[in-house]
Amino acid sequence: MLVVVTATINPLFLTPQGVKDLLLNATIVVILAIGQALVIITRNVDLSVGSILGLVAFGTGTLFAVYPGIPIILVFVIGMAFGAVLGAVNGLLVTIAKVPALVITLGTLYIYRGVNNAWAGGTQYFAGDRPRAFSSLSTDTIFGFPLITLLAIAVVVGVAIVLAYTRAGRDLYAIGSDPAAARLFGIPVTRRVLGAFVASGVLAGLAAVLYASRFNAVGATTGTGLELDVVAAAVVGGVAIFGGSGTVVGAAIGALLLTTITSALTALRVDKFWQQAIVGVLIIAAISVDRLVSLNRARKLRVSEARNV
Amino acid sequence: MTTPTLADDIPVLELHHASKAFGAVVALSDGTIEILPGEIHALVGENGAGKSTLIKVLAGVHRPDSGDFRLDGKPVSFGTPADSKAAGISVIYQEPTLFPDLTVAENIYIGRQPRGRGGLISRSTMRAEATKLFATLGVPIDPERIAAGLSIADQQIIEIAKAISLDARVLIMDEPTAALSGVEVERLFGVARSLRDRGAGILFISHRFDEVFGLSDRITVMRDGAFIATHTTGSVTVDAIVREMVGRDISALFPKEEAVIGDPVLSVRGLGRAGVFSDISFDVRAGEIVGLAGLVGAGRTEVARAIFGIDRYDAGSVEVNGVPLRPHDPQSAITAGLGLVPEDRRKQGLVMELSVTRNATLTLRTALARFGLISGAREHALGEDWSRRLQVKTASPDLPVATLSGGNQQKVVLAKWLATDPQVLIVDEPTRGIDIGTKAEVHRLISDLAGRGIAVLMISSELPEVLGMADRILVMREGRLTATIDRTDATAERVMFAATETLESTP
Repeated sequence: MLVVVTATINPLFLTPQGVKDLLLNATIVVILAIGQALVIITRNVDLSVGSILGLVAFGTGTLFAVYPGIPIILVFVIGMAFGAVLGAVNGLLVTIAKVPALVITLGTLYIYRGVNNAWAGGTQYFAGDRPRAFSSLSTDTIFGFPLITLLAIAVVVGVAIVLAYTRAGRDLYAIGSDPAAARLFGIPVTRRVLGAFVASGVLAGLAAVLYASRFNAVGATTGTGLELDVVAAAVVGGVAIFGGSGTVVGAAIGALLLTTITSALTALRVDKFWQQAIVGVLIIAAISVDRLVSLNRARKLRVSEARNV
Repeated sequence: MTTPTLADDIPVLELHHASKAFGAVVALSDGTIEILPGEIHALVGENGAGKSTLIKVLAGVHRPDSGDFRLDGKPVSFGTPADSKAAGISVIYQEPTLFPDLTVAENIYIGRQPRGRGGLISRSTMRAEATKLFATLGVPIDPERIAAGLSIADQQIIEIAKAISLDARVLIMDEPTAALSGVEVERLFGVARSLRDRGAGILFISHRFDEVFGLSDRITVMRDGAFIATHTTGSVTVDAIVREMVGRDISALFPKEEAVIGDPVLSVRGLGRAGVFSDISFDVRAGEIVGLAGLVGAGRTEVARAIFGIDRYDAGSVEVNGVPLRPHDPQSAITAGLGLVPEDRRKQGLVMELSVTRNATLTLRTALARFGLISGAREHALGEDWSRRLQVKTASPDLPVATLSGGNQQKVVLAKWLATDPQVLIVDEPTRGIDIGTKAEVHRLISDLAGRGIAVLMISSELPEVLGMADRILVMREGRLTATIDRTDATAERVMFAATETLESTP
């Protein structure tokens, strides 16, 4: 509906280029939101993804500047490995120090950003410093879909299968549902939570490389504030903030929805500040609906059980 | 004192002289138990006797500091619960440990879901297996529903289904019946017996002697973290077991004092709440203890909550000394002289992180305050006074309530309300999960209160408690009052009949 209204008011919105831009804009948030969903499902949160993205994106720019002939695939591998290391730091601090993830990743948000600042200083790398083949990842399309969007869809499908159909994936839900019970039950809680953080880091690393492909400049402030968009996307997509339920498909749709709304509001020339307020309303609405549904479900179960007595 | 009689069988599980200390606190000094294949073994002892610690050692949750642990005669050592589970030991804890967001089937098979093509989980196989399992158990639980909202009884059944599907050789249950009603207990026991007949060894903890004697083949008694004795059930009496548990004789378990009964203080008329209870009318007089009996789920707690103003009601009225109470307003209920000791003291009766003092004086914040600020010294004096009067066993009244045993926590809840000088006290399952020694103290306290002219409404699922304590017994069934029985006429059969009657006859 939103899309239709916007398209009638601003016909540019639904042109092939407009749709392509929309998908491109969503891609990076989608990938980050998948990683975030994995972490939130275990009743944790990763606030450092924006900083990880910034650090890895700058690293990607640096790689191309220093080794101009470096194979693109190697850049992806290095970027994801770098993200994995940063995610592992989060995971180790959360599982070993047993400090809530909110605090730990708030800390690493600033630490990673600080490192990024110190490393980059005033330096910025521009698309012109990178090979054309790398940038074309974000411009080339197959059947109208940008390459990197297809990549994001592949990631969604892959992670969704892992979450729904592997024991490790189901363990994440169990852990988020009741961490104490999971421990009593013998589920390897530490290993799984660590794994979720590493996965979130890897995906943030992947998103960062794609970011460097998509956008012109990477520098000290790349990705600042992105973590909140990502958490919002996951929550709007139905990932329960207290863990235990939600899907990565939901998180991906949430990311797409948020991006669409932001783009639509921009296309409608709504003030930037109002856009943020609308996103806020959406988050609260999503959580309220979630709460209502679960209250309703609980009531129904109560009624049906009362009949059994 | 008898030692375990070794039959020809090698114990499937044996633990000798295990110890476990947490810092300076020795929770277990001599943990000894032998479980034979095909026996039901009861473990009894007061709270704090080390039963739960012993179970957690067997479950691999705690690693013992010393001791000899054998399975099938071979020494073993468990580092994690997963090790214990792999060895065929299945534990059902006091509070069921289900994952509320997962489906019932998944709860049973988590961590070992059946895998199909490509190593991925086969949901259809899992569902079919779970359905088969519930069919053998004869319970109608939908394996596809999520676990949130299941009754405690159903949660226990699922825990058992889990144990069966694990092909557990040893099933350990920590107070499995604490929250169950009679019918549900029978169903649970039926399952336990059939497991035994298939050769599994079963260990269960219980505070209910009728269960211990009705179900078990052998009984092990623990006291103060140490093994006392193991008996063959047929050759020992309740009295002997109680003596070993407390290390002394308990003269009277239910020390009911005769009190002068005065005028009605609490009057409930035609109270109803759609779908929960209806047409509830009764009086409680000064100095009287009225027992409210019935099966779990009969609506007793709901009535208490409505009277106290926590929940709304649609019809009827509640009066204290002839003055109507405002519905849905606990503050005015407290002002009118009502106190409620809730069923779940951990979640509703106490703030676990706060000190004994703070908890005991929580209801008196306004009275203790001067210019809107609470005086720490007065708070302290009052808290200390009450914990002394109720003999709360704590190293210091400044320690968090969470560090106390269940019985002592209950005393703190009582202190909290007694400090307000109430006229009516509603106690909901006052001795659930409390060991026998403290139980008698709680009973004495309640009886003492009635003696001082307080009107007491006592909800209890334990028949001996109701029969022993109450001057009058109200019985509820499916949201209605079905009988009022005087102390002199009350028998266990009459109460149970009133509580269950139509349940048998309805299709």
